[in-house]
Amino acid sequence: MEKGGPLLKVEHLTKLFPVKKTRFFEEQRHVHAVEDVSFELYEGETLGIVGESGSGKSTLARAILALTKVTSGTVIYRGEDITDFRVPPAKRKLLHSELQMIFQDPYASLNPKIKIGEAICEPMLANGQARNHDEAVKKTRHLLEIVGLRAECFDRFPHEFSGGQRQRIGIVRALAVNPRVLFCDESVSALDVSVQAQVLNLFNALKKEFNLTYVFIGHDLAVIRYISDRILVMYLGKVMEIARYDQLFSDRAHPYTKALVSAIPEPSTAARKERIILEGDIPSAVNPPEGCRFCQRCFMARPECFEVEPDFYEVEPGHFVRCPYMKGGE
Amino acid sequence: MPLVEFHNYSMGFKDDDGNVSNLIDNLSFSIDEGKALGVVGESGCGKSMTSLSLMRLLPDAAVVQSGKILFDGKNVLEMSEKEMEVIRGNRLSMIFQEPMTSLNPVLTIGNQIGECLLLHHPDLAPDEIRARTIRSLESVGINNAEARLSQYPHEFSGGMRQRVMIAMAIINHPALLIADEPTTALDVTIQAQILDIMKGLKGDSGGLMMVTHNLGVVAEICEEVVVMYAGRAVERGTLKAIFDEPLHPYTIGLMSSIPTMTSDKSELPAIPGSVPTIYDFGKGCRFADRCSKCMERCMREVPKSLLVGKDHIVACWLYPEGEVV
Ligand SMILES: Nc1ncnc2c1ncn2[C@@H]1O[C@H](COP(=O)(O)OP(=O)(O)OP(=O)(O)O)[C@@H](O)[C@H]1O
Ligand SMILES: Nc1ncnc2c1ncn2[C@@H]1O[C@H](COP(=O)(O)OP(=O)(O)OP(=O)(O)O)[C@@H](O)[C@H]1O
Ligand code: SF4
Ligand SMILES: [Mg+2]
Ligand SMILES: [Mg+2]
Repeated sequence: MEKGGPLLKVEHLTKLFPVKKTRFFEEQRHVHAVEDVSFELYEGETLGIVGESGSGKSTLARAILALTKVTSGTVIYRGEDITDFRVPPAKRKLLHSELQMIFQDPYASLNPKIKIGEAICEPMLANGQARNHDEAVKKTRHLLEIVGLRAECFDRFPHEFSGGQRQRIGIVRALAVNPRVLFCDESVSALDVSVQAQVLNLFNALKKEFNLTYVFIGHDLAVIRYISDRILVMYLGKVMEIARYDQLFSDRAHPYTKALVSAIPEPSTAARKERIILEGDIPSAVNPPEGCRFCQRCFMARPECFEVEPDFYEVEPGHFVRCPYMKGGE
Repeated sequence: MPLVEFHNYSMGFKDDDGNVSNLIDNLSFSIDEGKALGVVGESGCGKSMTSLSLMRLLPDAAVVQSGKILFDGKNVLEMSEKEMEVIRGNRLSMIFQEPMTSLNPVLTIGNQIGECLLLHHPDLAPDEIRARTIRSLESVGINNAEARLSQYPHEFSGGMRQRVMIAMAIINHPALLIADEPTTALDVTIQAQILDIMKGLKGDSGGLMMVTHNLGVVAEICEEVVVMYAGRAVERGTLKAIFDEPLHPYTIGLMSSIPTMTSDKSELPAIPGSVPTIYDFGKGCRFADRCSKCMERCMREVPKSLLVGKDHIVACWLYPEGEVV
């Protein structure tokens, strides 16, 4: 890997899911879950991914981590093509520990009959992060304490924990195998706000302590903005914008991002600006609109938007927008 | 006369042995005609049980312990089921927390809304029912309402179903509309549409009780706020009082733990711990074990609800002076 280059590079990644046919002669149609997504992830940063339900956030993460087979495109990790984890077995094992995902619902991914501690020790041993069971137990207890759970939690079962605690267990499980990159999929969405704040603080503290890089997926733009250095905005499977967190309010931001920002009800009594209300629902990912993906709901749409898919423009240094009218100079 | 008044209302749950554990404790608040009240608090604080108490739709294990809930001046806790059926869905209406489970999957949208109307107006002619149903769908922003009447719930998106729920809840022009987390399951752009509709309805409806954990939603729609913690109203007052001069440590903690679009990146002032279950409530203040200001007295004595400013009531021993309400 070249020095200063990206840790992870995703190029033209596409994932289509075939739609079940209802009639034999029907043409095969697809859900365009992720289409032509490209971005770079740098060591030590937190990249946020936001978008409404069904925009392809989870699928993108799953495709990168080879949890679902990509349709086309490449994933490059530390300079090496790791698409679908088609690499020698020893290397694959390493990838499985260096790239970790914390799932949307940590409870569903825990076996209810296995003690929390053992569930954490197991991958540690399998991945060679501990030489024997004793060492795994010791490491696990230590990690439980780091995330604010008492070491006694080791012998308890998943149902004995609250939502916030389960999320912490999910984090411990991911940390147990010495990851470099953590993909956090809606890791704080289901939590009460007071607990959400605890877990967000924890993520920030662990990042420093373990030198982690995060991909943080969510639908709450305020949360994603808080935790992220850069933010990737998805809509109907496409990347509409990549911006530094402080560029979200820029005049050059994508109209969709502007609408998202404006839709958030702010918890304050300050006079509010006129809100941009988007018409209609998110269209189906089976028949995404021609032209710009956002054209049917965009408050700025012009006739061309319904015909030509816009390119991705760099509108300010480090700020990319898929809308020709944000380029400026017109 | 207020539209709704909770007077020292308490309820709890009985276990298999018949022992009752208290959840809602001495809850008092009122809603005036034309006003919107927000009931906020985290999961498990008793928000839904508050609205279900008013609707008289509590689950079987629930037990009313004391107090009164007046609607139109009459205590709903003493009404017969027959009397309740007359006002429920009529003068008193509710949008439930789970929109998916609240619509009947085998009935068309038109039939379901028409049913609500017919239930309280059995003499209406079919044409009139149809016309009013269409109008109600249009009033919540559903285009092409006429064609939509014959469709089934599964043919509607989540946001559309929520609109149908609202249309159904307002078709009889309720004096009070209770909305329990009406936008929680929705994307923000759809939430903005729904809030826009609800704001539009406020003008011509009576009162609104907005139950939510989202302080932004409250700030958007409500004039008054009740903050609930572990079954108690810890603070209530005007929107301005609660948002601009919060006093209770829980209210302050809640406000500052939410990242907003303008917050900086420093550590969030989180409240340690989590909301206790009804079996873990302390003897004194229920917030005591999470409170950074906790004093010895807080562990022993339940804080009184005291009037500390104009229309601003707090239950916390940090503010022991004030008129008892
Ligand atoms: N296994 C699958 N088979 C078919 N379609 C799928 C599959 N997984 C996801 N999809 C579809 O792909 C699209 C993107 O889904 P995805 O779960 O990635 O969205 P998301 O942005 O994570 O949404 P959410 O915020 O609801 O988690 C959706 O239209 C979804 O229905
Ligand atoms: N049958 C029962 N027995 C004992 N406790 C119960 C029972 N049913 C509900 N509870 C308790 O009542 C409280 C639920 O209150 P409620 O549903 O009103 O909360 P809420 O504030 O609406 O929360 P949310 O934001 O999650 O909807 C919880 O603490 C729950 O544990
Ligand atoms: S009564 Fe005491 S413990 Fe309760 S909120 Fe006030 S200061 Fe904190
Ligand atoms: Mg997802
Ligand atoms: Mg509830």
